[in-house]
Parts: sequence; C-alpha cells; structure tokens
Amino acid sequence: MSETLVTGLVVFVLASFVGFEIINKVPPTLHTPLMSGANAISGIAVVGAILAGGAAQLSGPTILGLVAVVLAMVNVVGGFWVTDRMLQMFKK
Amino acid sequence: MIDGLVSGVLPAEWWTTIARLSNLAAAALFIVGIKMLGSPATARRGNWLAAVGMAMAIGVTLLDRSAVNYGALLATLVAGSVIGLIAAKRVAMTDMPQMVGLLNGLGGAASALVAAAEYWRIVNTGAPVPTDTAVTVIAGLLIGGITLTGSFMAFAKLQGLVTGAPITFPLQQPVNFSLLLGFVVSGAYLLIHPGDLTVLWLLTGISLVQGVLVVLPIGGADTPVVISLLNSLSGLAASAAGFVLGNEMLVIAGALVGASGLILTQIMCKAMNRSLTNVLFGAFGSVSTATGDGGSGDAGSHTVRSIDPEECAMMLGYARSVAIVPGYGMAVAQAQHAVRELADQLERLGVDVRYAIHPVAGRMPGHMNVLLAEANVPYTQLCDLDDINPDFERVDVALVIGANDVVNPDARDNPQSPIYGMPILEVDRAKHTIVIKRSMNPGFAGLDNALFYEDKTMMLFGSAKEKVSELVASVKELS
Repeated sequence: MSETLVTGLVVFVLASFVGFEIINKVPPTLHTPLMSGANAISGIAVVGAILAGGAAQLSGPTILGLVAVVLAMVNVVGGFWVTDRMLQMFKK
Repeated sequence: MIDGLVSGVLPAEWWTTIARLSNLAAAALFIVGIKMLGSPATARRGNWLAAVGMAMAIGVTLLDRSAVNYGALLATLVAGSVIGLIAAKRVAMTDMPQMVGLLNGLGGAASALVAAAEYWRIVNTGAPVPTDTAVTVIAGLLIGGITLTGSFMAFAKLQGLVTGAPITFPLQQPVNFSLLLGFVVSGAYLLIHPGDLTVLWLLTGISLVQGVLVVLPIGGADTPVVISLLNSLSGLAASAAGFVLGNEMLVIAGALVGASGLILTQIMCKAMNRSLTNVLFGAFGSVSTATGDGGSGDAGSHTVRSIDPEECAMMLGYARSVAIVPGYGMAVAQAQHAVRELADQLERLGVDVRYAIHPVAGRMPGHMNVLLAEANVPYTQLCDLDDINPDFERVDVALVIGANDVVNPDARDNPQSPIYGMPILEVDRAKHTIVIKRSMNPGFAGLDNALFYEDKTMMLFGSAKEKVSELVASVKELS
C-alpha cells in the first residue's frame, strides 16, 4: 500500500471515531436536521468534482466532473438550506 | 486568470500548504458544526458553520492550478445551487424523507462520477493506473452507484410511484449474490488488466442495478432505516472519492457523515427491534404471518367501545394530564395544525399537554418532531419513549392519532406477535386511551391491535383532521 492510502486510512478511522463520539447523544428532535445537515456535508464531493471538471480541455472525464459539480451542488445548497428551514421552526 | 495570479505571487509549494491548512480549517468547521447540530439551542448556528466550511473548501479548490476552466465551473456551480435552492424552498415538511433521499442519491452519484472521471483521466494520459487508485475507484463506484439508485428507489417508494410493500421475486437472493460475484470478478479483472474502460462501465452498471435490488424488497415501514443507511453510504462514497484523489478533507467529511448515518440506522433498528440484516433481507410485511388476534389476552371478547367527539372533548377538557400520541396517519391527514389548536384549547383549561413521540412515528428519524415544530409545537413538549413511558400511569387521557403498531401492547406482552420486543409507547398504562382511527384496518405490520379491545380504550372513528377539528370546536365550548 502506498503512503497516501495508509495516511488516508488513518484519517478515515480517526474521523469516524470523532463522528461517533460527537453524534451519539443527539436528541430525537434533531435527528432529521442532523441527517439533512450531514447530507449537505457529504456534498463535499464537489471539491473532487471541481478538480475533475476544471481542466482547460473538455474531454470525457472533464464532462463527468462537470456533471458531478451540478449534482454535488444541488446536494450542498439544497441540504444546508432545507436544514436551516427546519431549524428555524424549532422553538422553546 | 486567478490561477496565474496565485502561482505568480506564491511559490507552488507555499500554495499547497495554504490549501491544505484551509482544508483542515474546513474539516474542523464540519466537526464543530455537526457537534452544534446536536443541541436545539446551537443547531442553527452549527448548520451555518458547516456551510461556511463548505464555502471555504469550494473557494480554495477553485484557486487550485488544475481548476482553470472557470466558465464551465461557474455555470455548473450556479446551476446546481439554483436547483438545490428551489427544491429546498419548495419542499413540504411531510416530503422531507423524499427530499433527503434524493439528496443522498445525488451526493452518491457525484462521488461515483468523481471516481470514474479520475480513472478515465489517468487512462487517457497513457500512464499506468496505480493499483491503490484502481481499488479505491472500484470501491467508490460500488458505494456511490448503490447510493444513487437505492436512494431513487427509496424516493419512488415514499412518493408512492412504486408500491410501498416489499417487492420480491423468485431467486432474489441468488440473483443478488451472482451480481455481487460479478462485481468482484470484474473488479479483479480491472486490477489485473488496468485501463480497460469497458470493464469500468460494466462495474458502474452492476452497482446501479444492485442499488435498485437492495431497496426493492424493503417495506415502506422500514424506510427510516433505509434512509439512514443510504445517508451513511453517501458519506462513505465521499470518503472513497477522497481516497481516489488523495484528498484528506473529503475523507474526513465523508467519515463524519458515514458515522452519523450509521448511528441513526442503529437507533432506528433498535426502535423497531430489528437487526439491520433483517431489515435488508427480511422483506418484512410481505408474508402475512400475522396471526390475527395472536392470542392477545381477551381474544374471546372482541368488543370495541366507540365514543363521540363531544364526550371525548369532555374527557380531555376535564383531565389533568393529556398525552397526545401522533402517528404517520396524522401527518398524512395534515392534521398537525388542528392537533396544536386542540392542545392550545386544552392548555387554556389548565390541562397539562405533552406529545409522546415514537422514534419511528414518521418516515425518517425525527420526522414527526419536525412536522410538529412546523405546527408551532414547542420542542420542550415533545417527549421521547424513555421519558414518557414511566409517566403514562399518571396520564389521565392518552390520545392516539393515526398511530397503530407503535402503541400495540402485543409487542410487549405476546411473544407470538411478529413485532414482539419492539419498544412501544405504553398508552395502555394511562387511565384512559382514546384512539382516533379511520377504521379497524390493521397498520403497516398487518397486525390486529389488542389496545383497541381494552376496557379503558375508546375509539373515535373518522379521519384524523375532521375528528380533531370537531374536538377543537367541542373543547372550545367548555369553560
């Protein structure tokens, strides 16, 4: 295995533990916003999509990348916005 | 060009360091943001912090030297944002499970596309594809592909485009297994003969079919589990894309989402007393093993007491403590606003009103809470299973609206019942129970409900919205 892959695995495992740790005690009231908010974060693939779609020359891979940019941005913007819409309804 | 600007001012290695540090900051914002999403007081700010992290990550990536086609990037970024914004503004709160399902699917698709694009790009350069990259690309395609079509399938089921009942066909498991085997074999072939794009598309195709087949046999009542699981997968797909590109921030963000989805999946499974394997492969509800009255105590005397709205209003109005138990039937009837009005009227009379929410009351985790929040119910009145169950004995009237299986005492008392062991809201321990229900039809699990035949239970037959509105009118007349 290459150095990059090993580093990636280390980061992945540690980040998963962080995730389990910070989410474990979320009250049921917030489960839906938590999921849609997390969902927006999974749109982080947009970063990879920009790198894949940003090449100067249009080609097969670049087009896949640009399509991915659109899909991921729907995910990001839609996810954060809808989460905010829900959260502003929660009142004491 | 900004790229020229940046590389002109800064040496390339400086720029790499800045970009990595900025990504680290974005990852930290995601972690803090998710943490803050865990408490009602800070949740809104947490969501914004995560959004800021995302904006930073996107901004820095746009300054990267490999992103130069600004016209196309800007157009696609704007197009995606506009579509997302319109969808998020328009979607009704009842349709939130479908919305989250679709978004999960799009995220998974984007990750899979990134993986495929990177493989294709390397093949186009003529350089050999490193084995590490190939392995992570294959993983990304599998997870992303399954997330995409699985989510769309879940969407179709929720939206009623496809029947909510589990769909099974002969040799289902063997077919699934051979597809998986086909994927493994093709994947291995691609590792041995790197650069074969046909095999790459074949792998993509198999993972897409697999996504449909995985969700097909899962029943409508199990959608909270499926949505949570697909949420987790969409995170893992992003992580896989991170491995492909060697981008740590993608790995971190994806892992966080993966963990959160998995925790919610566990909570949902526990709320239904089912294992994940049972949900995925059990085709629950397809077999009518439901043994009718299932030996539910008083099987001999199947009498049902019905009550009219006026009498019901009196009981509620003169109670000290009322617990409202909303089920999905209430949401379908759009009765949540009427329910809130009823609660207001009762509080006017000095009645202590609470809402008892079962974890799977809605179609996704926490869905019922959102629907009630939309009707301006304060979240402090919403009680979880563990909070309200010990308290039911002190509740004068439990008002069950459009809920069925989650209040079925058989789940607690009758080991023969298919839902035995599922945690329920123990409304039968309250002094009186009133159930608003359209008819005596069984619920999702197709089971009869022993609660309806108990001496303390009264049935108010009719549509939730109509009956609750009548209750409001009658309670208003009390003083």
